[in-house]
Amino acid sequence: MAVPGDLLYSKDHEWVKLDGDAATIGITDYAQNALGDIVYVEVPKVGTTIAQFANIGVIESVKAVSDLFTPISGEVVEINGTLDNDPAAVNRDPYGEGWLLKVRLSNVGETKNLLSAADYEKIAAD
Amino acid sequence: MVPFAEFEMPVQYAGILKEHDAVRHRAGLFDLSHMGQFWLMGDEVAPWADTLTINAVGTMKPMQARYNIFCNEAGGALDDTIFYRLENRWLLVVNAANAEKMWELLDRRRPAGVSLENGLGRGALIAIQGPRSVEMLQPHVDVDLASLRYYFCAEGRAYGVPAVIARTGYTGEDGFELFVDGADASLVWNALLRDHRGDGLEPCGLGARDVLRLEAGMPLYGHELTETITPVQAGLAWALKFEKPEFTGKAALKAQLEADIYPRIVGLVMEGRAPAREGYAVWLGDRVVGSVRSGSIAPSVGNKNIATALLAPEAAAGGTRLAVEIRGAKHEAAVVPLPFYKRPK
Repeated sequence: MAVPGDLLYSKDHEWVKLDGDAATIGITDYAQNALGDIVYVEVPKVGTTIAQFANIGVIESVKAVSDLFTPISGEVVEINGTLDNDPAAVNRDPYGEGWLLKVRLSNVGETKNLLSAADYEKIAAD
Repeated sequence: MVPFAEFEMPVQYAGILKEHDAVRHRAGLFDLSHMGQFWLMGDEVAPWADTLTINAVGTMKPMQARYNIFCNEAGGALDDTIFYRLENRWLLVVNAANAEKMWELLDRRRPAGVSLENGLGRGALIAIQGPRSVEMLQPHVDVDLASLRYYFCAEGRAYGVPAVIARTGYTGEDGFELFVDGADASLVWNALLRDHRGDGLEPCGLGARDVLRLEAGMPLYGHELTETITPVQAGLAWALKFEKPEFTGKAALKAQLEADIYPRIVGLVMEGRAPAREGYAVWLGDRVVGSVRSGSIAPSVGNKNIATALLAPEAAAGGTRLAVEIRGAKHEAAVVPLPFYKRPK
């Protein structure tokens, strides 16, 4: 189970990569493995405002629909359109080409509610 | 692993899509020991069973297998099953979730001249399914598989242990089902994987099985067929033998078929990428005309999302343009004929 050290994590198994007030969001290696073959991803449209830990969409495997939560508040500025035709990218490369969306942060202070790689690893190992 | 009808069942091993691919192109191995196995003995089995089921039992040839459905008086399905006619006895395979109900029914209605034995917890069932099933299984059985016809069976041995070997399945592919004693099951399972994993044989779980059967247009009890969805509604009228003098549900099923105004199971193909799931509402124009009963992505149907739905008759004609409501949004779909997938000959 890969847990890159340069990312922050939520208890709901999402990761966030910070670059100033821009953030890229995805699901963790643990999450993609638990879900199995991912066949569909639904995220909010560009321009939508989302609130930390809110349900913002779904990730579907062959058998199940799972809710997707955002680890951070902000405005959606980009979504990963390649997942429409290649949702399996989330399984193959959850921290790279399988990213889900990018947001402009509305409150950088919220990152204190997130977990370090070491703390997330403990949760995912349970 | 998930609990299923009091068994612990694997939903998947290596992954549903990988397992599905193995069955369509090589072969997959399924542990179906959860299914109920009832042994029926005595001269009166066939005439008695013919009064409880919609298809014909009495006309079955020795070593033949036949799909059959038990209905209630209103025509609703109590269970869909397979009868196997063996040398001196019959094997009836029922759905795990219905095994208790079906055993009670048979035991209560059992006439003199019929004896019953419940194989629950003793009989195991291992299926090998896929285009390479014959070549993988043949070296390990003493039955000539090439001459075993579809929906026939033979009594023999597999890896030296007694087995009823049937050319039946639930995947839309060629394949075999092996009924063996529970004590021998792990031997057969492990030996087949040991000998043929290198040829591409994959252990397969309930998840792959559900996608395979849905593509092949086969009903799953509890979805396309229930105590309130009749065989007529499920598109299984081919199995109804109205020439039988009487059977439970006959009058209701005949009346329903003739009136032809019943909600019915149809196949849907979604236009977009969002999967249709059980329970989603189906719209024709501005009104709801039914709901989805099963849905999945379909690797053998161009990776489209397919579904079955129970729809009002005016929405059920092939080519009808509909919409499936998914999380409040309408997604376009079209009615298509079943099955979605037929294996290449």
